[in-house]
Amino acid sequence: MIETFVIKAVLAGAFFGMVLNLAGLLTWVERKQSAVMQDRVGANRAWIVLPKWLAPLNLLLRPLNVLGLFHSLADAAKMFLKEDFMPEGADKKLHTLAPAISVVFALLAFCAIPFGDTLKLGDKLINLQVADLNAGVLFIFAMLSLGVYGVILAGFSSNNNYAYLGGMRAASQMLSYEITMGLAIMGVVLSYGTLSLQEITRAQGGYFFGWIPAYGIFVQPLAFFLFMTAALAETKRVPFDLPEGESEIVGYFVEYSGMKFGMFFLTDLVETVLVACLMTTFFLGGWQVPYLQADGFHFPWGASVPLAHGWVITLGVLSFMTKVAVFNWLFMAIRWTLPRFRYDQLMHLGWKILFPASLANTAITSLVVVAWGGK
Amino acid sequence: MLLNVGPQHPAMHGIVRIIVGLDGETITSADVEIGYLHRAFEKMCEQGPYNNAIPYTDRLNYVSPLINNIAYCQSVEKLFGITVTERCQYVRVIVSEMSRITDHLTCIGATAMELGAFTVFLYMIKAREMLYELIENVTGARLTISYARVGGLKADLPEGFEDKLRAAIAETRGVLKEVEGLLNKNRIFIDRVKDVGVISRQDALAYGITGPFLRSTGVDYDVRKAQPYMVYDRFEFDVPVGEHGDNLDRYYVRMEEMYQSMRILEQALAQLPAGPIQVGTDGQVIPAAVMVDEAKMGRTRGFKEAAVVADPTLEGTGRDGHTTVYSANKRVALPAKEDTYGNIEGLMNHFKLVMHGHGIRPPKGEAYVPVEGANGELGFYVSSDGTDRPYRVRVRPPCFAIMGALPKLLIGDSIADIVPTFGSVNMIGGELDH
Repeated sequence: MIETFVIKAVLAGAFFGMVLNLAGLLTWVERKQSAVMQDRVGANRAWIVLPKWLAPLNLLLRPLNVLGLFHSLADAAKMFLKEDFMPEGADKKLHTLAPAISVVFALLAFCAIPFGDTLKLGDKLINLQVADLNAGVLFIFAMLSLGVYGVILAGFSSNNNYAYLGGMRAASQMLSYEITMGLAIMGVVLSYGTLSLQEITRAQGGYFFGWIPAYGIFVQPLAFFLFMTAALAETKRVPFDLPEGESEIVGYFVEYSGMKFGMFFLTDLVETVLVACLMTTFFLGGWQVPYLQADGFHFPWGASVPLAHGWVITLGVLSFMTKVAVFNWLFMAIRWTLPRFRYDQLMHLGWKILFPASLANTAITSLVVVAWGGK
Repeated sequence: MLLNVGPQHPAMHGIVRIIVGLDGETITSADVEIGYLHRAFEKMCEQGPYNNAIPYTDRLNYVSPLINNIAYCQSVEKLFGITVTERCQYVRVIVSEMSRITDHLTCIGATAMELGAFTVFLYMIKAREMLYELIENVTGARLTISYARVGGLKADLPEGFEDKLRAAIAETRGVLKEVEGLLNKNRIFIDRVKDVGVISRQDALAYGITGPFLRSTGVDYDVRKAQPYMVYDRFEFDVPVGEHGDNLDRYYVRMEEMYQSMRILEQALAQLPAGPIQVGTDGQVIPAAVMVDEAKMGRTRGFKEAAVVADPTLEGTGRDGHTTVYSANKRVALPAKEDTYGNIEGLMNHFKLVMHGHGIRPPKGEAYVPVEGANGELGFYVSSDGTDRPYRVRVRPPCFAIMGALPKLLIGDSIADIVPTFGSVNMIGGELDH
């Protein structure tokens, strides 16, 4: 019992540590990637310089300083030290609760995401997943939906017209796009016949024609684009940053300061990572490495490289992380390229284009599954 | 719901307030309140000599200050009835067109940024930066340039200016191409600006709107073509007009105008005449400070043939740069520094023009010369009572008329449309509150 508890605690610690660090790193990625795209240098002024007698360490820190990696730390320090402002007439309890709700549910959703295959340690089997839920998909959607409450509450409890508008926009946007998101994923669920994310990942281990990996993106190409659009809308970032809309309505968090604002900020980034993880799991084979099987590589042209179990698992985890990083890069590139939608256009896209398309995708998939007998 | 947009709203520059009534996200009423940047410009102009108003005009339209400078000087010159040298006119055209490009770059960049396309903004600013650097080269400042003078310009163009300008034009063309790639076929951008902020041709004329805003409705009124001033009648350029009078047409008109401005720049560079005379010197070059000290002792022999090396603030005021861009009229034009320091006539002339109670004195009368500012027709109405101070100066800032029509543009659109529409107005607080 205690052993299981310890294993789960280690898994949770490792995974959440990775996610939070990645989210923190994303602030740096965002700054630097936008800088590269816009012919700028980017933030590089947050330096850590140790006293003289630690000079060798300074030498080691220098490349990190030059790259501006410590800006995430500087951000955090700044936010913790700022005044925690509460507007007059605001609902104190809800105003404090809102950022916590946002960030907690965004983080909880990670429980159901498998970041590696089952690890054999002696005679123990450890599933590299914080919580092996047999209805993981449903769990994740529940967490995403609950996270919306944080935004809505922030908007409604701030006693500010701008925040109120932001909250309203957030509510309608999230609700509309969650439906598309759910329906798009139904296609994947139907194709693989399971709601468990670990099972969905395993099912993507096959090959078409013996060499194209049977990833979700090839099985459900339409669902891939639908899900990506809806998921981008879920992260509340450009082009779907209507709840924020910093040049129009400033955003639902206009009355937040200090770390409470920081938590909303973090939520956006955590959600970006979450969405990248989901995209990876559903459409890019999760921890699958092309042609890597339990005992090593088996290439379609006949060659094979045997590998120990530990290496296979490690490669799997690395593969998962690489794919997540690629999706994060893609989302950042989209964010710094496109302008923002308008409210009515957003609704038009959501309800009149994405929603029917996802319905059609689900219906067609169902027919195919029924006709060919599933899986 | 009543929503108070501004003056602390990020898109309102901190200087204008729009009180909008909302029904959901649709605007039902809009009330524009201006005056947050009122600095009594017109009254200030009456307080000092004519040339003292020039630094104030810098601060009217702080995105294209050169055009303001020049417009003011043209009005005063009309009072005197003088014409400036041809080279001076060309230089004025060149710097005006450069300012027009910087203004349009800022306007489109800011509009795009307010729509969320931050990258476009920074591309535009990159091109603007190149032009600003050139302007700094010419005038010594990026924004508070005070370059024009009644009867001429502060200084001639610096060496190597032509090549730098050609390089900047090439760079700007590249940036515009990039931006067009980012926006012209971008469905989100087109959807956001098409049929938003529409104004009809009649309304635009009735409100007295000019410039790109009016041209976007299909009226091809451009002061440069309608009443050519300076040497604009010598250039070939088109006046782009829109059709619908919406934000998209305004974007297209501004983009095309930048290309046309670059056409003018290239032609002006090709036609740019050399100054009337380059004053010959016998090779004696004296620093300004030494010249002053020598002159105090009366050792002024040979100064007429000498050239002065002035400190950076006076650069270009020496004789060789001076005569090329200054009118020969001694009642308005300061003498070259060599003359001021070197002979009594020059010193007297300088004294008469700059000392308190003297200064330039246009004859009694009134004058108004419109120029095509970046935002529309810009002009200074100067009334003189024969003293060294203007009796009255009235500025006609182009964005004032547009701001009057703003509620009409906004009502019926969504709240998210306030920002791009407001951006396409290109409101400049400095000239709005005059």
